[in-house]
Amino acid sequence: MPIFAPVGRMFLSFLALVGRVTVFAGRTIGHMIAPPIYFRLIFKQMREIGYFSLPVVAMTTLFAGMVLALQSYSGFSRFSAESAVATVVVISMTRELGPVLAGLMVAGRVGAAIAAEIGTMRVTEQIDALVTLSTNPFKYLVVPRVIAGLITLPILVLIGDIIGVLGGYLVGVNKLGFNEASYIRSTFQYLEQLDVVSGLVKAAVFGFIITLMGCYHGYNSRGGAQGVGQATTNAVVSSSILILISNYVVTELFFTR
Amino acid sequence: MSTPAKISLRNVHKAFGAKKVLQGVDLDVAAGSSVAIIGGSGTGKSVTLKCILGLLTPDQGSIVIDGLDMTTAIRSDHEAMLAKTGMLFQGAALFDSLSVWENVAFGLIEGKGMKPKLARDLAIARLADVGLDADVANLSPASLSGGMQKRVGLARAIATEPEILFFDEPTTGIDPIMGDVINDLIVKCTRELGASAVTITHDMASARKIADRVAMLYQGKIIWDGPVSEIDQTDNPYLQQFVAGDIEGPLDLDLKHL
Repeated sequence: MPIFAPVGRMFLSFLALVGRVTVFAGRTIGHMIAPPIYFRLIFKQMREIGYFSLPVVAMTTLFAGMVLALQSYSGFSRFSAESAVATVVVISMTRELGPVLAGLMVAGRVGAAIAAEIGTMRVTEQIDALVTLSTNPFKYLVVPRVIAGLITLPILVLIGDIIGVLGGYLVGVNKLGFNEASYIRSTFQYLEQLDVVSGLVKAAVFGFIITLMGCYHGYNSRGGAQGVGQATTNAVVSSSILILISNYVVTELFFTR
Repeated sequence: MSTPAKISLRNVHKAFGAKKVLQGVDLDVAAGSSVAIIGGSGTGKSVTLKCILGLLTPDQGSIVIDGLDMTTAIRSDHEAMLAKTGMLFQGAALFDSLSVWENVAFGLIEGKGMKPKLARDLAIARLADVGLDADVANLSPASLSGGMQKRVGLARAIATEPEILFFDEPTTGIDPIMGDVINDLIVKCTRELGASAVTITHDMASARKIADRVAMLYQGKIIWDGPVSEIDQTDNPYLQQFVAGDIEGPLDLDLKHL
């Protein structure tokens, strides 16, 4: 049947892609644990990935927390459970919305920038130049970005969690008429350490995925400006999909007994 | 007694899928000599250079540098080889994220572990060697003209005082006068360092000025190899056509794929 051949080819090329990404990830991890480590570049990337992503993550989580308070109040009022709003906001933000929204926003901002920068370096022979100057491109370009992603995403998400809860508090107190003290008490009453920790673990996983996919697609880009553009698109799309898949996997690992 | 070969290629093959680019390249570069590999677009000049540098792995054959076969060498030997080479890329390949002096000093700081302050002084001295003022040291590479970028690329290539220099199309993309300036700088720097040099070019004026010997690559093989002084006396019809720049002749130009 003629339909099977293209499907088979697509499946085989997908498996080959998975293999290439896995080898790339393995090489990255191998170089992460062997010297030299470029600490100066790690700090520079932490600033690029973390500090400069703060405004976009803060805005996203602030409004997510605000809308979550509004929506849960409107829904829970149907069965007189309005008092659960603060608990729902804090658990939703720490477990899911904080890491996922921050991950997706950073994937769009940072994943694209990494793929574009490394892709341009590839097509202008700057990566070859690194090799001729006795510098390993993996150690110089990939490892600092991946380490920075691993470290900064959890910090970004922690800040995003706090801002999201603040958004819920502002709406709860100023618009929905909750008492300030009781809203804060409800926020912490049912919050468990695992809720926050699972979100931070997710953030670290997302940080790894975003930076790895940005580096992979940039490093393997071909064919000039069009190739760099394609690499940028692929980096954002693949990291966004992997964030959503890995979000389910990590959630299942933490919360399924 | 002849000078021992610094670089020796034997029966080097490289294919990309069904496309056979190199089909048995043999080439010797004597220590301290300058060889230009000439040939039309798509004949495999850049692939040859990338195979020598280890940026591509040949499918077959040997590439011996200082007596060590790089196709079977371990990583540390390969790194040691790269530490004694310098390369000027066709588009200069300067790092956008670094200033001019950081580009020139890159090999000194990252490759040789030199302190940045000392490396900066050396980088400015190298910039002076290629005719650039200290004023450009703090500029971004993007703010320089094409000719200045090439000169910065040359300064970066010679900064670590390498034993072997590679030049990829050094005069492409710049005007003839600046091309001649680059050629003169290449000759000067190579002589001062006493380095062996391999240049790939299709610019015959550049080849004549830079090289002691010329090797012509055609259909994946070296079809002529001799002193630069014999180019005009050759009876090789392929080289005659290439030097004259004629459309008519034995060279299969395959214009649809160039």
